[in-house]
Amino acid sequence: MSGYNVSALRAQFPILKNEVHGEPLVYLDNAATSQKPQVVLDASRNYYELLNSNIHRGTHYLAQQATAAHEQARDTVAAHLHAGSREEVIFTSGTTDGINLVASILGYSGRIGPGDTILISNLEHHSNTVPWQLLCERSGASLEVIPVHEDGTLDLDSFHRLLGDHQDTLKLVALTHISNAFGTVLPLETVIKSSHEAGALVLIDGAQAVPHLVMDLEALDVDFYVFSGHKAYAPTGIGVLYGKRALLESLPPWRGGGEMIKKVSYEGTTYNELPYKFEAGTPNIEGAIALATALGFLNDLGLEEVHEHEHALIEHAAGTLSGIEGVRLYGPHDRIGSLSFNVEGIHHYDLGTLLDKMGVAVRTGHHCCQPLMARFGITGTLRASFACFNDEGDVQRLAQAVEKAVAMLR
Amino acid sequence: MTIAERQEQLLQDLNLFQDWTERYEYVIGLGRKLPEMPPVQKTDDKLIEGCQSRVWLDARLEKGAVHYMADSDSQITKGMIALFIHFLDGESPDHILTADFAFIEKTGLKEHLAPTRANALSLMATQMKQRALDFAGPAS
Repeated sequence: MSGYNVSALRAQFPILKNEVHGEPLVYLDNAATSQKPQVVLDASRNYYELLNSNIHRGTHYLAQQATAAHEQARDTVAAHLHAGSREEVIFTSGTTDGINLVASILGYSGRIGPGDTILISNLEHHSNTVPWQLLCERSGASLEVIPVHEDGTLDLDSFHRLLGDHQDTLKLVALTHISNAFGTVLPLETVIKSSHEAGALVLIDGAQAVPHLVMDLEALDVDFYVFSGHKAYAPTGIGVLYGKRALLESLPPWRGGGEMIKKVSYEGTTYNELPYKFEAGTPNIEGAIALATALGFLNDLGLEEVHEHEHALIEHAAGTLSGIEGVRLYGPHDRIGSLSFNVEGIHHYDLGTLLDKMGVAVRTGHHCCQPLMARFGITGTLRASFACFNDEGDVQRLAQAVEKAVAMLR
Repeated sequence: MTIAERQEQLLQDLNLFQDWTERYEYVIGLGRKLPEMPPVQKTDDKLIEGCQSRVWLDARLEKGAVHYMADSDSQITKGMIALFIHFLDGESPDHILTADFAFIEKTGLKEHLAPTRANALSLMATQMKQRALDFAGPAS
């Protein structure tokens, strides 16, 4: 850990120099979106200053350069994910886009149809819930939900029971890798193995995992994995859907248009190969390049070092906050990324508002997990979420701010 | 006092506080003084659901004057409600309909009414006027 220089790291994030209501910014809302290091900002700017051109079909120099940079970004992502091949990396506009893509192609292809079952968990973000609800409404399939324990971990007994109960109809299991609300890390190896044994495909929402964990999707044997660039130090509007090659080849396209075709005529149109089959229209070229830069940034820091650093902070924060009277933490001790809590008798909105006045940015509310909040009988929580650049000072400011806010509201 | 005069008075009171802490403590204090809405009256039909906090609003017309009863599970929101009720309670529907909430900008509390805030307060301000409109009847 002695190699991890958090002050040098903070200096790479220009936004951290900001003051909010006259106080230095303490940014603890990284699960909502991450801040961007200079190297990523430079990559975005450099693309438009030096490379900008439409890609894949141009014969001129800039077009070739832009194409090469975009496709190199794909290779970078594939390597980062330990994907089997670059054809398995589809660029999307984000996690929500990727999940909707999968839901649509599973529906259109008839892979999921009347009487089929889709399994999700009570932890899921709305983006890994609503696309499946829509698919069920449109296809006649039904949705089942794996419950969670009081500590926010997945109820594995119920999971296995549900697999058994729906063995004949189960087609897909869609789960989060790490819960955005509670930081729960799901036991993916177990879950994927059991789901495959039950004959189901598995989609994992990795939006909260990519910024914090080393990825090895080939080893994981997952069928689909989605994540968003903007949560992993890259700009908004770019994301990735990873899908097993044979699976993606067997599924029909979703969006139609330029790039995803081979030949277009009114008598019939043929579609392009992977990965382009699922990338209609001009892509977010700058976003893809900036995403590759962001992943490079993370790899230079070392994901294991990042994880160790963040883990120490979140543990310290959890310990300090627990010491404040009336604080209730949600989620398990081994949470990653997000720390949710409430203070008894005090509304999370009130606390969040006062924290904001002290320059501390946390998120309050249901965190796009209304069913999870309902299960715990609450309308929302305060959530502090950590990134590579947060430091001990941030944890102290958070704790002091919570104490002061609680005193004002008691 | 007219609505405008009450607003002016409030602004003067609030401007005595330089510090945001004191400003918020004042607003929270106002909310604490607001009569509790009995739980039995906090029914779903009176609920104005914002993203973050819940607000209940009820209104009745008595001898040409509108009287409001409101509550919230958020103390800051309840304090803001107390401000609105302070201005509008007991006024005629016509006066309420022409009342201006823009003064909130000058109080240093305007973020609570911003639509982006996903808060029930902006909806509540609209609702209070809507109830006045209902009471004003077709002649207005």
